[in-house]
Amino acid sequence: MMAGSVALPLMLGGYVGGACLALVAPSSRAARYITALGAIVGSVAALAVAARVLVTAQPLVLTVPNVLAAAGGLVLSVDPLGAFFLAVVALGSLPAAIYGVSYTAAYEGRSSLQFFGLMFNVFLLGMSVVACAGNIFTFVLAWELMSLASYFLVMTEADVVETREAGLWYIAMTQFSLVTLLPMFLLLAPGAERTAFADLRVGAAHLTPQLRGIVFLLAVVGFGSKAGVVPLHVWLPRAHPAAPSHVSALMSGVMIKLGIYGVIRVAFDLMNGGPPWWGGLLLVVGSVSALLGVLYALMEHDLKRLLAYHSVENIGIIIIGLGAGAILHSYGLQTLATIGFAAALYHTLNHACFKGLLFLAAGNVVHRTHTRNMEEMGGLIKQMPQTALLFLIGSAAIAALPPLNGFASEWMVFQALLAGTSIPRPEVALGFPVAVGMLALASGLAAACFVKAFGISFLAMPRSAHAADAREAPASMRVAAWMLAGACILLGVGASVVVPALYRVLESVGGLVVDPQLAPAPGLWIEAPRALGHLSPVLIAALLASIVLVTVVTVHRVHRRPLRLSDTWGCGRIAQTPRMEYTASAFAEPLRRVFAELYRPTQDLTVSVHPDSPHFVQSITFTSEVRPWFEEVLYDPIVRAGRLIGVGVRRLQTGSVHLYLVYVVAALMAALASVWWWP
Amino acid sequence: MIEAIAVLTQTLAFVALAPGLTGFIRWMKARLQGRRGAPVWQPYVELRKLFAKERVVSKTASWVFRAAPFVVFGTSVAVASLVPLVFVPTAYDRIGDLFAVVYLLLLGTFFLALAGLDTGSPFGGMGASREMTVVALTEPTVALSIFALALTAQSTNLGDIIRQTVAEPVRALGTGHLLAFTALFIVTLAETGRLPIDNPSTHLELTMIHEAMVLEYSGPYLALVEWAAALKLLIFFVIAANLFLPWGVAFGWSPARLILAFLLIVLKVGMLAVLVAVLETRVAKLRLFRVPELLSASFVMALLAVLSTFLLR
Amino acid sequence: MQLFSKIWRVGLVTEPVGPTDVEAVEIGRALDQRIKTLFGRALAIREVDAGSCNGCELEITGLTNPIYDMERFGMHFVASPRHADMLLVTGPVTRNMEIPLRKTYDATPDPKFVVSVGDCAKSCGVFADSYAVVGPVASVIPVDVHIAGCPPEPLDILRGILHALDRSDRQPQATR
Repeated sequence: MMAGSVALPLMLGGYVGGACLALVAPSSRAARYITALGAIVGSVAALAVAARVLVTAQPLVLTVPNVLAAAGGLVLSVDPLGAFFLAVVALGSLPAAIYGVSYTAAYEGRSSLQFFGLMFNVFLLGMSVVACAGNIFTFVLAWELMSLASYFLVMTEADVVETREAGLWYIAMTQFSLVTLLPMFLLLAPGAERTAFADLRVGAAHLTPQLRGIVFLLAVVGFGSKAGVVPLHVWLPRAHPAAPSHVSALMSGVMIKLGIYGVIRVAFDLMNGGPPWWGGLLLVVGSVSALLGVLYALMEHDLKRLLAYHSVENIGIIIIGLGAGAILHSYGLQTLATIGFAAALYHTLNHACFKGLLFLAAGNVVHRTHTRNMEEMGGLIKQMPQTALLFLIGSAAIAALPPLNGFASEWMVFQALLAGTSIPRPEVALGFPVAVGMLALASGLAAACFVKAFGISFLAMPRSAHAADAREAPASMRVAAWMLAGACILLGVGASVVVPALYRVLESVGGLVVDPQLAPAPGLWIEAPRALGHLSPVLIAALLASIVLVTVVTVHRVHRRPLRLSDTWGCGRIAQTPRMEYTASAFAEPLRRVFAELYRPTQDLTVSVHPDSPHFVQSITFTSEVRPWFEEVLYDPIVRAGRLIGVGVRRLQTGSVHLYLVYVVAALMAALASVWWWP
Repeated sequence: MIEAIAVLTQTLAFVALAPGLTGFIRWMKARLQGRRGAPVWQPYVELRKLFAKERVVSKTASWVFRAAPFVVFGTSVAVASLVPLVFVPTAYDRIGDLFAVVYLLLLGTFFLALAGLDTGSPFGGMGASREMTVVALTEPTVALSIFALALTAQSTNLGDIIRQTVAEPVRALGTGHLLAFTALFIVTLAETGRLPIDNPSTHLELTMIHEAMVLEYSGPYLALVEWAAALKLLIFFVIAANLFLPWGVAFGWSPARLILAFLLIVLKVGMLAVLVAVLETRVAKLRLFRVPELLSASFVMALLAVLSTFLLR
Repeated sequence: MQLFSKIWRVGLVTEPVGPTDVEAVEIGRALDQRIKTLFGRALAIREVDAGSCNGCELEITGLTNPIYDMERFGMHFVASPRHADMLLVTGPVTRNMEIPLRKTYDATPDPKFVVSVGDCAKSCGVFADSYAVVGPVASVIPVDVHIAGCPPEPLDILRGILHALDRSDRQPQATR
């Protein structure tokens, strides 16, 4: 009791204290340490809150009714679902906070670290409160705090043009999501005074099916644009590379999951699920996101943008799990539906770990080589061995290789899709094999993409002076990444312990019915109730380790010759230079050709000749670009229309005070008339 | 306990037989080309020779290059323990299912591709790039074939699929199974680097896919990689034989049944080997950018397999 | 199907190797007994053209055809010297091929041996005293066995290698 009631205010206090104290810190160095300290206190307290709620399954409530009492006051109500997402937030924040201590030292002199510290803690506070929110006001307030704080964090390097553009796209998309979320909440509320989530459940029950459908669509669009589903994902590949690496880790690993939280909370908790087309929409959106995310990631050479596109892919996978669960739920197959939802939650947790790890490791690389371009890296495994190993663990996890956590959660998503064959309607059930195919293709392409990302960045020889001079990253940055790497391994090998805990979380979600007798106990196997397969990641890990060990020992017993170092075989050429290595573009070229219809790469070849004679070539420039076509189709018209409207409206601003007074009088008369006509 | 020993023996048999399969296919191809060819046990002699050779490692390579042969071999052996060769274990079967098999093999390929990039040689990079392209494009077909098999058996574990097919023989000859078998056969050719996707005996580096990644390996490293490749071929053949035509697989361990099962699996794998040898003699290698067309055709077959299994239930 | 009916009709065409012409084969350094037992049944050969006219290469490529079929003795060609046990070198070593030949030798793991084929490899043949030639193969890398001829027939090459490894053809005389 004591621990629980202290932890929640401690979490809030940690973040608020960190924010305020960082703002008034005397020096940049002090600001860095105070930021980290506040964030660490807040995250640890958040973990305590989450652990308590998950273990006892009793919600924790904290109300501050005096703050804007008209809107219902500030209400924090942590139920198991919220606690799960709070744990995800805290698991991402803790390493990021530790990481930021050394990483932000590079910004001293360029940006205000006090302001950064303020915004960092406000960001963490916003994310934590979103997961804890108990009424509309708290939720929307926290949501906006999170969005605005992250905008300022993204704009840390505002001296770079791409960052400013990224910030513009980002703030536009967050405001768009707010614009869709507000009407959604208002539709759900049964009355002006009753805005707590418990009241929303009651209100949702009284809505007509059409209104429920509209609420669901608004939720998918609003929360989906925050989560980064195609085609609302366009801010992700711009904002995540522009932000500092630990902020990218938080945004990619944690913040976009709050979009998933919103969808689950609104569609399945408050509204208790719906007709099959809800799940079908989620399944389609998820499959498309997964496939397009990884296809565009393959063409990227910017390390952080590649990771950002992979976030789109993994959100797609999470939503596939949600969609499968939702369809099964709408047909009454409750026990099979829980496999889908549990798979979605599991992948949420896993993605937070391995994406955070990858961004932190990439941050190490960027910190030391001062470039994000893979084509300028190489050979870093010898200069930065720990970072390389960390990136390798993250790559193996995201490529869903056993026995790490990515494999366990993708396995569960596959099982959820396989369960779809029990659906009585054949035309609905046939969508599931297509989703299986798309998911498998996305998974294979992800493996190919990370062979490229790890291989080109870390292996072979350095391709530039930056890479050749790189040293290992500072200790705090490595420690933070090792924490996440350990989490990846533990969550993978310990899958059989994690999955039953996820089922217990789902028991608290209103619309889902988990039969306690069929929910499995922790053991050696991942089992789902009446599932179509059995898997034991811990035994597979043990099997693999023992076989490799036996092989190593046997080979070293049998083979006694020493190893000899020699040049790489290059058909006897005289020397080997880094220019002879394979490049990232070359690695992805076969896939670029295979999917050329989708990519529509543009090619530009410019040959400039000597002015005196057309036969002497001075330079040849070849540029090839892959630009997502839906940006041209969907966003360019909107942006152009917006510009046109802006130009038209600008004509109203003539600068003449007399005209402005006419505007004021006209508006006043219109307001008075409207009051008179519509009482 | 007895089951653990039995599974261990089965795995060792798998590992021991794998080079023999490669040797048999090579011998068959030689005879079809009108020449004597090396004896069937030639790969064993070659492996023995490789263990006596020196290890030469490139100066630009890192620990990934030296670790990759062990990872590839380890994952292949782990998969071999999960695939029933002569008998179906009951408890051990639950450790991993067909998805675990596919992703363990992907783990091996992942490390081998990294090793190809590690030496800084353009051949290695090219091999890695092509291999990952082919593997990525075969994934959907494999997943859908698993789906088709799991539909009838209501499980993705290999033992359950075998049991279900034995119990319902009529289902095994249905269109769904035949289509899934064809799709899986094409995937076998792609993943193990046989014609028409990749020529295992080519010397032209620019035509290589799998071989290009291992150009830098020597001595015991090369032996492990070659053994793992042979093991992968045997694994795919046994999956094709025992999941689609499982009659003869033993469920207990009476010696008579085990010997019968062994003879039958040798017969089935032998037939598949003859089929592959005849196919490799008949067809020419496909141009690299025609391979995705073949793989899409196999994907469509797998999708039709699932649809027909589903609709004809 | 025509292909398979033809295969059936023609059958095996491999010819027996027969005894070795000992004068054509020079064994410079007697091969270690260990090497003979190790490579007696499985030999990986990397062929290096160090500047030859390709006459020897034409004969060497004949070794893999069904008539001479060196695979029946366990020999096969490999693409990478890292996989090779033996280097089969032809031609006088030209200036441009000197470093590649040394690198190839260095890239081959121990134990290994070198067989040079053709008169050019021993004495530079008609290219002796050319400005583009460095010298015979033995002046660049250590040579163990030399097979004379300009160019030597495939059977001579095959017999030479087998003689160096103390193996002989025990195949029956008749082919079909």
